[in-house]
Amino acid sequence: MGNTLLQYATVLMLSIFVGIEIISKVPSILHTPLMSGSNAIHGVILVGSMLVLGAANTNLEEVLGFLAVLLATLNVVGGFVVTDRMLEMFKPKAKVAPKDTDEVAP
Amino acid sequence: MSRETLIDLLYLFSATTFVLALKGLGSPKRARYGNMLAAFGMLVAIVATFFKYVDGHALHHVGLILLAMLIGVIVAVPVARFVKMTAMPQLVAIFNGVGGGAASLVSITEFVHIKSTHPATYVTLEVLLGVLIGTVSFSGSAIAFAKLQELMTGRPVTYPGQQFINALVGAAALVLIVIILVQGSTVLLWILLLLAFVLGIAFVLPIGGADVPVLISLLNSFTGLAVAASGFTLGSNLLIVAGTLVGASGILLTRLMSKAMGRSLSNVLFSAFGSVITASGDAAREDGRTVKSGSPEDAGVMLSYASSVVIIPGYGLAVAQAQHVVRELAEELEKKGITVAFAIHPVAGRMPGHMNVLLAEANVPYEQLIEMDEANTDLATADVALVVGANDTVNPAASNDKSSPIYGMPIIHADLAENVLFLKRSMRPGFAGIENELLYNPKTTLIFGDAKDTLTKILATVKTS
Repeated sequence: MGNTLLQYATVLMLSIFVGIEIISKVPSILHTPLMSGSNAIHGVILVGSMLVLGAANTNLEEVLGFLAVLLATLNVVGGFVVTDRMLEMFKPKAKVAPKDTDEVAP
Repeated sequence: MSRETLIDLLYLFSATTFVLALKGLGSPKRARYGNMLAAFGMLVAIVATFFKYVDGHALHHVGLILLAMLIGVIVAVPVARFVKMTAMPQLVAIFNGVGGGAASLVSITEFVHIKSTHPATYVTLEVLLGVLIGTVSFSGSAIAFAKLQELMTGRPVTYPGQQFINALVGAAALVLIVIILVQGSTVLLWILLLLAFVLGIAFVLPIGGADVPVLISLLNSFTGLAVAASGFTLGSNLLIVAGTLVGASGILLTRLMSKAMGRSLSNVLFSAFGSVITASGDAAREDGRTVKSGSPEDAGVMLSYASSVVIIPGYGLAVAQAQHVVRELAEELEKKGITVAFAIHPVAGRMPGHMNVLLAEANVPYEQLIEMDEANTDLATADVALVVGANDTVNPAASNDKSSPIYGMPIIHADLAENVLFLKRSMRPGFAGIENELLYNPKTTLIFGDAKDTLTKILATVKTS
């Protein structure tokens, strides 16, 4: 164990500090997109899911791995698309006259 | 350079994009760019993974992997694209839940895979933590989704001895972990899975609808930690970095959110907040106080002759789909030379920042959106405070009634304005279920009805007067 475990633990510790440091300066209006964005980022479990399905030897592993890839894909794709849709709306004040924007009631 | 080194370098690149993305999300200008950067980094990582070797061979089942991904994309894109903005919190909850589920499955699969090689105890521990945290996040998010989607009651669900039973389930899970560590039994792993599933549900049930957003943030953080645990098991720095970033930032974000409600995190999670209101609510109604109500036309006239108006929107505005009408009203008032601002409470809507997103969607320029502190300064000199679909965020009980469950929550002081127009569907209390003193304030005029109808009528009056 020794060295590799220690190396992972080092990465873990540093990531904790980076995570905290980065977030402490986010304005409250961006809390929702931030939550959604970080939600998409933990979709990186897709990489892990691919590895376990790719290494599967038994039917049980195949079924579990397949489900994992499916769920992780939902997480990644859904997460990024939703976040983008939210952020799309944070445009600075439009320079065009307000009349120009869509007046159609939804 | 060897194949593995190249893949690891690409992973390093991905991890860097994730850090930069989170950083970018800190400013409205760079946020979208940041999100796209992370999506690109993710794509790089996924493509690189296809070329990775596991157990000394190239990935098996590539067809199955692609099939699962295809199904995932076909389901996720339309859902994420076309679900209404008001349903955003539920969406984040469910996408978070599936992530937790995936992390848990990865850990289980890896356990089944390596069991015959008698893994070291610390590897088993990582697996078990991944399963426990991931599954709690999965079932907890599912209940949170059901609460927000109103598939079940948004009120806290409580029963006698609840905290004791929850503690018991939690303790049982921990004991089970220790036993599995010693025995390495797969059967017990399935029992742990079941126990974790129950624990997630039991943990979320007593949390009231108003607190669910804080909870989602916490569960988001849990999923991150579960991903990090899987990263340890699989020996992947990328998973450790990304999972930990989300885990650490999520916990901080959760604390910021509960602070915005003036409560501690443990109070949010364990106090079954909002379950004990009905008694005081009824008493208040029986003491015969009256409210003053008016017509939308009265309101229109009052607004037309004001010189400054502060609009205080809440989730009810979004439910009535009245964002566009309220934006038109604001434009119409500005044309008359009236100063208009939207006062946004940090927890207005169902998630922090939710109201900003909804108003931005309706093309309200974000310079007009002011935060709570600024709003309270502006309100002191405002002629009219127009409360649309908000309730708990303007409830004076938060600052002057020590017995109120929301005591201590910072609020927007609508009552500082000369007049208060309160658009309301009925006398029913708000999301947190607490009677609102502001309704009985002599400055307050209530206008009953659907927010969108009422605003349309007000707008018509403003246009003609």
